[in-house]
Parts: sequence; C-alpha cells; structure tokens
Amino acid sequence: MQKYSVFSLIKNAFKGHKDWEVAWKDPTPKSEYDVIIIGGGGHGLATAYYLAKEHNITKVAIIEKGWIGGGNVGRNTTIIRSNYMHDENGLFSEFGMDLWRNMSQDLNFNVMFSPRGIINLAHSDAQMNVYSRRGNSMRLNGIDAVLLNREEVKKIIPMADFSENVRFPIFGGLMQPSAGTARHDAVAWGYARQADSMGVDIIQNCEVTGFDVSNGKILGIRTSKGDIKAKKIGLCVAGSTNILAEKLNMTLPIETHLLQACVSEPIKPILDNVVTFGAGHFYCSQSDKGEMVMGGDLDGYNSYAQRGNLPTLQHVLTEGIAMFPFLSKLKMLRTWGGIMDMSMDGSPIIDKTHIEGLYLNCGWCYGGFKATPASGWTFAHTIAQDRPHELNAGYNLNRFSTGHLIDEKGLGTKTWIS
Amino acid sequence: MLYIKCPHCGLRPQTEFSYGGDATVKRPELNKEISDQDWDNFVYLRKSPRGKHLELWQHISGCRQWIKVERDTLTHEIFTTLKANENI
Repeated sequence: MQKYSVFSLIKNAFKGHKDWEVAWKDPTPKSEYDVIIIGGGGHGLATAYYLAKEHNITKVAIIEKGWIGGGNVGRNTTIIRSNYMHDENGLFSEFGMDLWRNMSQDLNFNVMFSPRGIINLAHSDAQMNVYSRRGNSMRLNGIDAVLLNREEVKKIIPMADFSENVRFPIFGGLMQPSAGTARHDAVAWGYARQADSMGVDIIQNCEVTGFDVSNGKILGIRTSKGDIKAKKIGLCVAGSTNILAEKLNMTLPIETHLLQACVSEPIKPILDNVVTFGAGHFYCSQSDKGEMVMGGDLDGYNSYAQRGNLPTLQHVLTEGIAMFPFLSKLKMLRTWGGIMDMSMDGSPIIDKTHIEGLYLNCGWCYGGFKATPASGWTFAHTIAQDRPHELNAGYNLNRFSTGHLIDEKGLGTKTWIS
Repeated sequence: MLYIKCPHCGLRPQTEFSYGGDATVKRPELNKEISDQDWDNFVYLRKSPRGKHLELWQHISGCRQWIKVERDTLTHEIFTTLKANENI
C-alpha cells in the first residue's frame, strides 16, 4: 500500500495527481469467508481492521448495502468523549480515547483528531452536585474531569448568555479537557483503506436479503450479489438492526429513531470547545471550516426516514439560542438526519447471540461515532475469541432480562423522551 | 410536521401530542405466574418495524386522551387513528 506523507503528496503533485493508487478495491464477493461483517459504517470497518490487525484474520468481507461511510459515520456531529459515570461506559470509552489519540498514525490517514475539550453546562445547584459526582466517578476511572464554576466557564466561553435575568442561568460546568472532535469521513476512509490493504474485501452496493441458519448455527448470508458462506457473521448495522433481526426471527431491545443535526453558515473562529446545554438537549462545536455544528433531541417517534422534521429542529435550536444568543443571527446552511439504534437502557450491545457464529453490535443510541475504535476493537475480539473482552462484558444482550442495566441517563426504557 | 387526527378532537399538529411507543406490546396478566422472559418481552423487546407501526400517542395539549395511531415509520404516512380501547 502506498504510504501517505508530505513527500508522497509533493511527488504526486508534480505528476498532476494522476498516479495515486485507489484507496480500496471494489472486489466481487468470494463464495466463502472466515468472517463476514454486515454494515460498512465506522464500526463495521473498524471491526474488520482490528480482526486483521489484532487477530490475524484477513479472510473477511464487509457487506454494505449502500456505500461505505454513507450512514451515521457520515451524519454525526463528530464529538469524541468519555465523560461517563458508570464503570462499563467510562472504561470502554476511555480505552477508545487512547485509540483516538493514535489513530492518525495507526491508520496513516489524518483523521484530524482535535482534543479541544467538552463542557457540560450546569444551570442549578442540584446539577452542579450531579456533575461533581459524575466528575469524581470519571476520575476514579482515570478519566480527566474538571468542575468549573460560573467565572471559570465565562473565561472559556464568554459568548454564552451570562446575563442576569435568564431562564437557565449558568452555574458552572463539568469539563473533560481531553474530549474533542475528529473528521468523521476520514475515520471511515482510514479504516477502509487499511482493512483493504490487509486483505479485507469491501463489497458495496450489496444488500443482505437473508441468512442461512441451520441447527442453531449460522452458515452464511444471502445477498443481492449471491450467497456467501461464513462460520462467523457480525452485525454492525445501527439503525437497520431490527430489519435484519426480523430476518433472523430475533426481537431485540432496540427501537430505531431519527436524530437530526445541522450546521450554520461558516463564521470566523469563535468557539474552540464542544459545549452542551444542561437544561435541555443541545450541543455545539465549530468546524474547521467555521460552521457551527449543532444537534440535540431525537425526533421522538420510531422512524427510518433518515430525514428530519422541523418542529424538533426548532425546539433544539431554541435551546441553542438560550445558550449562545449570537446563534440567532446565523443562517442555517444544512440539516440532515440519521437513524439511531436506541437501546432500552441507552447503552450499547456487543455480544454473542443464541445463534452460534452470529455476533451483535448495536444499540449505540446517540453515541456511536466516538465509540468507533473501541467498538471495532472489542467486537473484533468478541468474534475472534468467541467471547467478549472484559471491556464489553457489561454490554451483553441478556442484561435486560437479568436486570443488570447500564442506565447512564436514568431514562428507563423510553430513551426517546426529551 | 405530522398532522394527527385525534378521534376526539379532529386533525391537529404533531406538536400537540406526545409519543407513547409501540401499542402492540401486552402487559402480562396480573396475579399469574410470570416468567422473566415474559417481562423481558413486555418491558424491553420491540419489533420496531420499517413500515406500518401501531403506536400510542397522548393528545397532551388537547383532550389529554391516549390514542392509537397506525403510521408508516419510513414515509410517516398516517393510515388510521383509534381511541385507546379500540383495535384495528
């Protein structure tokens, strides 16, 4: 594989950029693989990469209905963080933070990881207490957390509304300085290019139409490009999980909901952190191009539409303007929507299933992008070793019937409630 | 904007309603031996189909009644709305 560097860039510039190798091939599917990963999004591509890199399993195919990186990895707000209270989420995400920090070097692809810090704003004394508890829990797990008072927050984001008579005054905030953002498409492309170079077949425009299951064992899949055999198959299809589960006669603790995001017109640099509103659900950062990147609540009812509804967007941006009044002066550039696999406790599932050889990776709710490397790494381990790694042991499928839920937000089963 | 025809009030915008989830799940009967699996099915497991979905909404800024709505989860087309005690 051609190595990307400043020297290769200069060399190819002199040749008019005509000699670059293709980043990944477009193979026709073979009749059999060791492992098939369904879903060519961030998690699927990362899983294939770590199967090859960590477990030396290279006879792998990624089956993608559309094009790689066309789903949620291309539709998110690029936020990366590990500011969780529960051990399962905190340790898992912090393991992922280490992978993020080295990702550009590891993949030889600039994913533009920018650890600019995230601030969760607090708007009451009670919320400050909750944040202090969460911050302490994070620090016990080795995650950086700083509790900021009102003056400290004002120094970092003076453009927020610090006036006296506001409905939700800023009392302070919880900051994770090592959190940040990354270039989302580059993550998909970087994993795809490396996986391809190690022998993984990336098969796009290929829809999975059915599964071949016999005596409780998975034997292969049926696709729009023919039948493909494999002893191990991993599902990594986010919002489409229930559609494939139905073909397997499985019912899962997952509902598919729609989440919107939007960007404003580009403006001069004003915000160099990620900031979240604490009295609702709104988060904001500024891209390198200068756009304000914003998101918030789900549309609030089951949806596979991949496009949003205006009442929700209006509601979310009202919160944004309450936090950053200057946003009201900006024009909206683009809005978009993606479909989320909302699990019933708000935490993901990375586990084996009752079908031998079938592995499940789903339930990422709002937080799939930041989990991309850790999800791929642990899912690859789960598939290769046929048992979960200790990092994803808590993300098992039977926790719902045993009651070992990981309910970070305390929302219960109605995770769509805003 | 969705427009939902409340069986009590007529056609109203979505912003008057709050969503209550899948209307097809059945709570296990009271005073009967209930297995963990039955509870699991009721509390957590959802079909979440792409297509027709029978769901509960509450007309929270109107008559405050719970209603059933049959809606397409891909196109958002609403086929029928029913009172909470009615079945398709």
